Amino acid sequence: MTATLTPAPESVTQAVRSGPPWRTVAGLALTLILLIAYPFALPTVFAANIGILALTFATAAVGWNLLGGYTGQVSFGQALFFGIGAYTTALGVRAGWSPWLTFVVGSVLAAGVAVLVMWPTSRLRNHYFSIATIAVTQIVMILVTNIEWLGRASGLELPIPDHNGLATLSFNPRDKTPYYFVALGMFVVAWVAGAWLLRGRLGVYAMAVRDDQEAAAAIGVSVRQVKLVMAALSGSIAAVPGGFFAMYVSLVDPPSVLGLNLSIQIALIAVLGGVGTLAGPLLGAWTLIFLQEYTRSELSSTGRSLDLLIYGALIVLVTLVEPGGIVGLAQRIGRRLFGAARRPRPGKGKP
Amino acid sequence: MNGVLLGAVFALAAVGLTLIFGVMDVVNFAHGEFLMLGMYTAFFAWSLFGLDPMLSVPISALAMALLGWIVYRGVIARVLTGPPLNQVIATFGLLVLLRGLAQLLFTADTRKVLHPWAENIRFEIGSVVIGGPQLLTAIGALGCTLLVGWFIDRTEIGTALRAVGEDRAAAALQGLDAEKLFRLAWMIAGATTGVAGALLMNSYVASPEAGIAFGLISFVVVALGGFGSIGGAAVAGIGLGVVQGVVGAYAANYTLAAALALYLVVVLVRPQGLVGNR
Repeated sequence: MTATLTPAPESVTQAVRSGPPWRTVAGLALTLILLIAYPFALPTVFAANIGILALTFATAAVGWNLLGGYTGQVSFGQALFFGIGAYTTALGVRAGWSPWLTFVVGSVLAAGVAVLVMWPTSRLRNHYFSIATIAVTQIVMILVTNIEWLGRASGLELPIPDHNGLATLSFNPRDKTPYYFVALGMFVVAWVAGAWLLRGRLGVYAMAVRDDQEAAAAIGVSVRQVKLVMAALSGSIAAVPGGFFAMYVSLVDPPSVLGLNLSIQIALIAVLGGVGTLAGPLLGAWTLIFLQEYTRSELSSTGRSLDLLIYGALIVLVTLVEPGGIVGLAQRIGRRLFGAARRPRPGKGKP
Repeated sequence: MNGVLLGAVFALAAVGLTLIFGVMDVVNFAHGEFLMLGMYTAFFAWSLFGLDPMLSVPISALAMALLGWIVYRGVIARVLTGPPLNQVIATFGLLVLLRGLAQLLFTADTRKVLHPWAENIRFEIGSVVIGGPQLLTAIGALGCTLLVGWFIDRTEIGTALRAVGEDRAAAALQGLDAEKLFRLAWMIAGATTGVAGALLMNSYVASPEAGIAFGLISFVVVALGGFGSIGGAAVAGIGLGVVQGVVGAYAANYTLAAALALYLVVVLVRPQGLVGNR
């Protein structure tokens, strides 16, 4: 065994399984404090925008991680669920619904679609599955682009509500801080839900399916059922940031909420942060969104774009250098600093 | 008829993908981007040196073979021993990287070779008009596909490639150097995308997006023909071209969707491919 992409760094899974020791609690508290302090420490629109987008895509990556990271079903079609959330919110709010209600509806819809898609594809392995996820999402995007009441290629605009506030999820456009805290709340809820789901038997089953499907089936794990449940959860979590994104940018169109680039971005955030880790999506999202927004503002006049190149280089680097992503890298540095006193990590031996 | 001509290009585009899969069980997600860079090579050969796409076929083939070699040595060889998941993500990363490179260097503008030599040729059979660019592209693509098929089936090196694909350990016992053969497979695959890319510049525009479009089509062709089968890819490519032609005649917006739906049906119902017998 060489380095694998799925080594669920065991300190995290351990913490998830056996209840949080004080170090984990301290780590979580510190992270939360940093996240709350962020908009006050960096009170610019640019920084707030990065924070909001990072939290949005980090939430989607938490959803991806349940299926791709913990169950080992690498999806390059997570945008499907994000898009379902976004379009549901756009349609719902245009019909006069509360955005909060549309989030719930979108989430349930996405879970249903996830089951529908997973039902036949659950027996596909590796690249067969990954290509199938691309195929399904592209087909849906082509359909949406041709459907009149979904606004075709130009998409749907969201109406401007009469009054601002938490109920209508619309705020004074000059101050993005309220959006930031809504995004933070969304991320925390999704993260806690993910961690809680993985804590129990389901998490263990999912990782068993990921690590060795035959062995998992042999000890009585219903592989298909686990995949279906994880897909549904993954979809329902990824739909909520889609709905929030629709509220934030006030416009939903096929490439921005269903495109392959978005799927790539969501998967990349999880891979870059560390596949199958709980801290991964947050670290990956902030790194990536910062790079993206920074290069975009620096290069905007040239008409060229650097962000795809950086994404690609980062993915390749992660697979070559540190399949554990940023979390894996941090652990490696930590081990070097504090010596080998910690438990050794399984499955990371040299060939 | 136009479907058949288009299908010949699909076949050639898919040959390299299926070859690499057959020899080393790796799916190169970046395959379409190779083709896209092949198109750009032919475009710049024309815009900088005035070379017609037909003449830049060998240049583009060489350039892409070199790219295949670099990618194999730099990335693929290093993730081969890991789990398939790592390979999926690595080649997917390459897709994003090469596309990003094209977007940075060449911008998102579409590029077209104006008045390629092949436009001088034109056939009219009754009411059916066949353009020279399409015809020459198809003939070239078919020729190259057959050449690769012949090479794999009939030559000693081709036999070695197939042997490594079937059983790496047994092939090693016969004294075959898997490392060398893998490298060769990537160079051949690269060269085919170079040929396909240059031929396509007769009638298509190059853009960073072209990679995704042809990449997805290549996956469909490879799945239809049976992963790893070159003959299957050739037949499936032409078949898909005809399907695209028929769907395009009735619902032009849905040609790609139809192709992708075909992929789903095939991998779910008949994973060995429509043509394959494995």
